[in-house]
Amino acid sequence: MTAATDGDQQDSGRDPGAPLPPLPGHSSRGRLERVLRRGEFAVTAEMDPPDSADADEVYQRAAVFDGWVDAINATDGAGANCHMSSVAICALLTRVGYAPVFQISCRDHNRIAIQGNVLGAAAMGVGNILCLTGDGVEVGDQPQAKPVFDLDGISLLETIRIMRDEKRFLSGRKIASPPEVFLGAAINPFAPPVDYRPLRLAKKIAAGAQFVQSQYCFDLPMLRDYMKRAVDQGLHEECFILIGVGPLASARAARWIREHVPGVHIPEAVIDRLAGAQDQIREGRDLCIELIQQIREVEGVAGIHVMAYRRERLAVEIIEKSAVLGGRRPWKRQQAGQA
Amino acid sequence: MTVRPPVRPRSGLRRWSVRHARLLEWLYEHFETILLRGLRPLWNALRGTRAEKGVIVVEQGVKGLLFDCRMCGSCVLIATGMSCPMTCLKGLRNGPCGGVRADGSCELDAEQPCAWVLAWDGNQRMRRNERIAGLQAPLDHSRRGTSSWLNKAAEWADDGSH
Ligand code: SF4
Repeated sequence: MTAATDGDQQDSGRDPGAPLPPLPGHSSRGRLERVLRRGEFAVTAEMDPPDSADADEVYQRAAVFDGWVDAINATDGAGANCHMSSVAICALLTRVGYAPVFQISCRDHNRIAIQGNVLGAAAMGVGNILCLTGDGVEVGDQPQAKPVFDLDGISLLETIRIMRDEKRFLSGRKIASPPEVFLGAAINPFAPPVDYRPLRLAKKIAAGAQFVQSQYCFDLPMLRDYMKRAVDQGLHEECFILIGVGPLASARAARWIREHVPGVHIPEAVIDRLAGAQDQIREGRDLCIELIQQIREVEGVAGIHVMAYRRERLAVEIIEKSAVLGGRRPWKRQQAGQA
Repeated sequence: MTVRPPVRPRSGLRRWSVRHARLLEWLYEHFETILLRGLRPLWNALRGTRAEKGVIVVEQGVKGLLFDCRMCGSCVLIATGMSCPMTCLKGLRNGPCGGVRADGSCELDAEQPCAWVLAWDGNQRMRRNERIAGLQAPLDHSRRGTSSWLNKAAEWADDGSH
């Protein structure tokens, strides 16, 4: 390994779209797994998928994160709203060298579609998959849709783990070249039944989760409790735990999110702090920066996952100001003529 | 199989069953060893006959009343605190989604308790409360509407344990 992790350019091949050389003990040929296994504090971010068939829009949205994140999550019909598909965004991103996280929601695909998409995504160089149950169709813009939920988040993890490690489909039919993927899942330490949540993490690990990304964290004591239990069981050694963060725009927005977005827990004290501020946007940003710095200190946390819906530039500012990367510069796309 | 639209639980006994999960666990374990296992040849002889329908009607009646059972054909009540996971609006069989509301109601229907909040409660009352940690395989949708009792007896026969 080179002395300086100068731009993590060590984690890129000659052809930006080509998978990296395999490393022992790694399941994927991607950058995210390398960063985590090296013990670096990782930063991932969620990208808003465009409502458009224009590939350039995908590249523009990804470019905002250039040099600031280790992987970009492409959401899969988040909130049961329709956008460009996750698998297509990931395929576009791998062409130019990004490390995308392909999100699969059980709401929209049955096991036949999912297994096919996993092979397709891996063939296109996608190295990370996040397995989600998904929001119900009721909360989205097309509540008339037929919800699928053939699998759940956990059986989805297991399905892909079987495809990768046992080289077969669920039916038992053989897979000639298995998908080399780093498997992830979502966790929500802040939703009831709170006592059950660490056990659920253990179950996800047993099903195949190698990393997890959490729902938004606004409640540090609750996170500490959860992490303590996870660490006591040694779960942080079996799985990389990334904690979800994001800026709140105002006290009003925070109340709205708490009411309308399933699974987001925002304590009253946070809302009061925003409400009492002169400049609420600034306060929301500072609050997020402080949280990140505190989360970084919690034992067992391997990184953060930044979710800033339609405010990607602010997300980057937060990553920079929080100094969470500690001087490390993640991979950056080299545009033609720049190299 | 699709997830049903939000419906109020049909059975008022659903919460009672969760509160009495320990008793029901005891009953089921005896039912399983004495009736299901003991009379296995009889059950397997019933398969494909008209009497199979009778078993289905009885199972549906009893479990419908107690658990609001949806006859998925692969019963896991013993591992879910006696709260039927098919009453979850997403049909989740491996634990709750991340959307459970702060008061323990379902993310999709605030009037309904989350099936998994009930399950965790029932599970804590059971003697063998480690079963909830086991991984449930993807549901076999082709079994919908069949008797999970007969299916169980058949599985034991397939295992060669007769
Ligand atoms: S809140 Fe509970 S019952 Fe509702 S969809 Fe989620 S897991 Fe199922």
